[in-house]
Amino acid sequence: QHRHLLELLRRTTVHGESNSALIIGPRGSGKTTLLNHVLKDLREMKQVTENLLEFFMKNPFLSGLLQTNDKVALKEITRQLQLENVVGDKVFGSFAENLAFLLEALRRGNRTSSCPILFVLDEFDLFVHHKNQTLLYNLFDISQSAQTPVTVIGLTCRQDILELLEKRVKSRFSHRQIYLMNSFDFKEYIKIFKKQLSLPAEFPDESFAQKWNNNVQHLSEDKTVQDVLQNLFHHTKDLRSLHLLLMLALSAVTVHHPLLTAADLQEASRQHRTDSKANIVHGLSVLEICLIIAMKHLNDVYDGEPFNFQMVYNEFQKFIQRKAHSMYNFEKPVVMKAFEHLLQLELVKPLERPSARAQREYLLMKLLLDSSQIMDALQVYPNCPTDVKQWAASSLSWL
Amino acid sequence: MNTRQQSKLIYSWYGKPTSSDRKLRTSQYKGILITSESSRTETCIQLGDFILVEGVNADQPYVAQLMDLYEDGAQHKHAVVQWFCRLEEIPQNKRKLLKREVSAQEVFFDQVLGYDTDIAAETIIKSIMVLPLHLGEELPIITLNKEQTFYVKQSWDGKCFKVLSPDTFSKLKEANKKRGVITNSSKAFIPSDTLTPVKKEMESVVRSATKPKNIDMEIESKHSTSKSSLAKERHSQRVASNDIKTPTARKKLELNSPTRSKAKLLGCEVLNLLDDDCDAVAPLEPSASKRKVKFTNEILGSPPKIPCSNDKSKSTSETAEHCQRFSDIIQLSPYTRVKNFSEKDKNLHGKDDNLSLVGYQKLSSLSLVLTPRSRRTCAQKTSALIAEQISLLKSHGKLAAEEDVLSGSDSSYSSSSEEEEDDDVPCTPEKKTKSSRIFSTPKSSRKPAVHTPAKTQKKTPLPGTPRTPRNATPEIPRRIQAAQEPASVLEKARLRLHVSAIPESLPCREEEFQDIYNFVESKLIDGTGGCMYISGVPGTGKTATVHEVIRCLQQAAENDELPPFQFVEINGMKLTDPHQAYVQILEFLTGQKVTATHAAVLLAKLFSTPGPKRKTTVLIVDELDLLWTRKQNVMYNLFDWPTQKHSKLIILAIANTMDLPERIMMNRVASRLGLTRMSFQPYTYKQLQQIISSRLKGVKAFEEDAVQLVSRKVAALSGDARRCLDICRRATEICEFARQKRTPEIVRMAHVTEAIDEMFSSPYVNAIRNASLHEQIFLKAILAEFRRAGVEEATVQQVYQHHVALCRMEGLQSPTVSEVMAICSRLGACRLLLLEASNKYLHMRVRLNLSQDDVMYALREE
Repeated sequence: QHRHLLELLRRTTVHGESNSALIIGPRGSGKTTLLNHVLKDLREMKQVTENLLEFFMKNPFLSGLLQTNDKVALKEITRQLQLENVVGDKVFGSFAENLAFLLEALRRGNRTSSCPILFVLDEFDLFVHHKNQTLLYNLFDISQSAQTPVTVIGLTCRQDILELLEKRVKSRFSHRQIYLMNSFDFKEYIKIFKKQLSLPAEFPDESFAQKWNNNVQHLSEDKTVQDVLQNLFHHTKDLRSLHLLLMLALSAVTVHHPLLTAADLQEASRQHRTDSKANIVHGLSVLEICLIIAMKHLNDVYDGEPFNFQMVYNEFQKFIQRKAHSMYNFEKPVVMKAFEHLLQLELVKPLERPSARAQREYLLMKLLLDSSQIMDALQVYPNCPTDVKQWAASSLSWL
Repeated sequence: MNTRQQSKLIYSWYGKPTSSDRKLRTSQYKGILITSESSRTETCIQLGDFILVEGVNADQPYVAQLMDLYEDGAQHKHAVVQWFCRLEEIPQNKRKLLKREVSAQEVFFDQVLGYDTDIAAETIIKSIMVLPLHLGEELPIITLNKEQTFYVKQSWDGKCFKVLSPDTFSKLKEANKKRGVITNSSKAFIPSDTLTPVKKEMESVVRSATKPKNIDMEIESKHSTSKSSLAKERHSQRVASNDIKTPTARKKLELNSPTRSKAKLLGCEVLNLLDDDCDAVAPLEPSASKRKVKFTNEILGSPPKIPCSNDKSKSTSETAEHCQRFSDIIQLSPYTRVKNFSEKDKNLHGKDDNLSLVGYQKLSSLSLVLTPRSRRTCAQKTSALIAEQISLLKSHGKLAAEEDVLSGSDSSYSSSSEEEEDDDVPCTPEKKTKSSRIFSTPKSSRKPAVHTPAKTQKKTPLPGTPRTPRNATPEIPRRIQAAQEPASVLEKARLRLHVSAIPESLPCREEEFQDIYNFVESKLIDGTGGCMYISGVPGTGKTATVHEVIRCLQQAAENDELPPFQFVEINGMKLTDPHQAYVQILEFLTGQKVTATHAAVLLAKLFSTPGPKRKTTVLIVDELDLLWTRKQNVMYNLFDWPTQKHSKLIILAIANTMDLPERIMMNRVASRLGLTRMSFQPYTYKQLQQIISSRLKGVKAFEEDAVQLVSRKVAALSGDARRCLDICRRATEICEFARQKRTPEIVRMAHVTEAIDEMFSSPYVNAIRNASLHEQIFLKAILAEFRRAGVEEATVQQVYQHHVALCRMEGLQSPTVSEVMAICSRLGACRLLLLEASNKYLHMRVRLNLSQDDVMYALREE
């Protein structure tokens, strides 16, 4: 892939050939890294082999997230190309004028004389949604005709990108797709892990570097560390999440605790994996927990149908009357207040927007927690009354 | 733009009808009176006079001789004219037939038959002078009424230039003579009389009179800022060196690059040179000067105007310099341009001193350059001589003097040839500055190059573009090193296979080509308008074929097999708004740049009024469907124009869908589009094969079978020729990669198959296989849920339960909900799954973006 892209760009610069390509791969698969790497290689190559050619490549790096429509994108291109209608980083003129101007500029060049231009469209899928796909059409059209040599490279993570292109735009695209996949297996993953952690040779304190690297080597062979990594690997092959995990672990390193241990990694992994909603449940009061349990039972009984506050309150009342000895019978407004707190935490979610007409007690809601999450949270909840626990386990236990 | 803003003109007959034809109900007149309401002046134009006629472009009125005036039954005033054509009206490619350089004031006696000689009298703007000259003769200097005076030396019959036949020559001269008499008698429209309001008004009709003055002012102010001092010196040096050498060698001199490159000499050197050539010119003087003075004087009419003319010529010369400086600068590459400027700045201070010292001397030498004889004689010889000549003039009258000069100027060829050169210089700048001023568009830079006569082109290879942001030249910086030429066979093949490579012929589209060609050709010959709708899927050669047709037609027009035509192309995709189409068309036709609504009005006027000499326009509308608006007025107008009587507009509309007219167009638009349809069928594999092999002719890079495989594959899918070429190109690359040893390799089946696989393979299966374990389990869970519910949609909560169960079966640690949500969104980003907005959390609905079978297939393998 690297070679392919390098070759492609080399031909554009050296032979003045126009091309277009897409780099497709899931997030964190190194699309941008690949491109940057290739560009760096290319620059080096020029300097080494052809000193004469002053590397004259423009590199408009357009991001679909920043250039939200063609108009902005066009201005950005013009600005980056430093054409003559640019005055102090600002581009004037109407959209139509700008487009005509840019097209004219690109049309006037030919294969042999003008310097090649590389367009990199980051988040390519967002450009597809522009009106009429004018920008893409024009870029691809230039790359398919004898004008200024351009190379259009799109970066996207969407596998179905080609279906989004309009047919005439698609026809002009050269269908060069470079797929990037995280196709490595676990052994390579471990290797990457080691490489990421090891200190480079030019580290000033040599003895420490040696010690550190040895430690990393040990870590990579450690069973618990391997388990942690394996777990992460099973979840995602994205290297960015590995970096995140290692950052968490490394932040535990201090002067007194100079070497990374397996326990650090485990701790980091635990933090990394914790469930956000279950975390919230930890901080709730007993009353709120009781309400959530009531909702869980309602969900069980009615099989996921939405409920309202009144139903939850009734369920709670039943529990208080029949079963609870440790619970104080709260008044309805207090329970309502607790319920609204849950709403704010987005543990429950209304089905429709609350309107002025509907009474709040009868607004239909849905619980955003899975029963397993609730149970897990209850297990670790400190000082939970036993009857609440029993109630949570079975709604029918009082019968 | 100087449209005829200033006044309403009233046209009335002069005198009584001389003769009338009862049968045709026409009556003929011998003159026409043009009365301007605002300035309350009257102009009388008589038969045989030379006139300016309104043209397509307001700045370039047509030149004609009035032959007949009559009023028809419907009280319309008509005029029959004999056309003269300017150089700009002659096709570019024919201009070189002339083999000489032509000044802007020169016109050609038009013998092209195609033009309508019967025009509406209301289009007459004013009268002018057209002087017949012999071929060898040089243009006399007329500095005063440049816009008013034209010269004719040759005739033009659409194929070649001929010397004026003695018959026409004498006729023209006679017309002038007659005119001279009238001039003397009525004085109302003598061109030399600058002060009469009539003339002023006239001037402002053609070109706002203040404009040249403005230019002068500007130039003068420029002079005061000593920036242009360098240019001035440069110019003077150049002309001076022309003077030193013999006039016969002037052509060579003009292109003399050393003088130009030496322009960066230091100021003092230049001044030395100037001194030198003052001396050098001096001996030349006496021989030629006499006649010259006479000539200028005669045209100016009265002695007190000599200084005035000098001034004027000086200022025009300054304009010339201005222009030349431009051209010089523009010639240089952008980089050196900057350098040049800085250098100039550096030199400024040093030069200032020099300038002030020798300022007077230089000025005199400058005026010497342009009107050398008159000035010199003024200084050197006695003023008595002038007085004598003037008295001579007066006694003889204008006519005699003119003839005297005409006959005499042949003999004084050598001297007047210099004159011509000088005369040219003032002519060009006006046009130049004007054009660069008016057009502030990117196109402007091309336009002047087309419009300026050949001579200017030589002097100024690149048109001047002021360095203001609005007039910026759209240009990508040049590359420093030349592009490499392809070295190996494969590289050569790849170059030829690139879509942009233009093949010599378009194989497999002969029939369509012929049809379109015939259509346009017949319309061109008839001089009528029409529409044609061309449809076809992308990549079937629609645009290429149409361009090829246009190319052939242009060729034919050059060879005079067809009447000349204008070619305009717009592309719906390259417009930001459908209404911009008007702007682009108008810009192509006339070079004006106005707003969309105004452009629509102008175009409608252009196409609906009968233009006497307007050429047929061929308009290509690519990607027609994008010109669709809710009211469809753009399409309506486009297709309405050709149906009008005088439009002479041929439209070739291109789009993808065959039933576009029925589908999106209103009835009235579709009916105007007409029934001339043509659809391009997708290429069959045989045709694709032929296309590739025709492109690869002479390059042995592909196996026969490989080409066939590609073409069959593409033909089965889409028949898109672009795709076909891309695959072949990719195959050559793969082949090059695979090649280890340095033996010449040709592209084989294996390479082509690999390329095809690469382009057509479904990415999904591969993506799933490379997904992480839990992602795969999640997909499995989705499948299980689908099977359970029987619906192809599930919430995350449901899938999560399956996921946990599957994990338990595999003996894996079950993930938390957050992790599952992360997995879910990752798959959603790759569009393996289709997701709802993520704020629904567990109740978010999930759907597969590919078939269940594909997922099963991808997951089962391992």
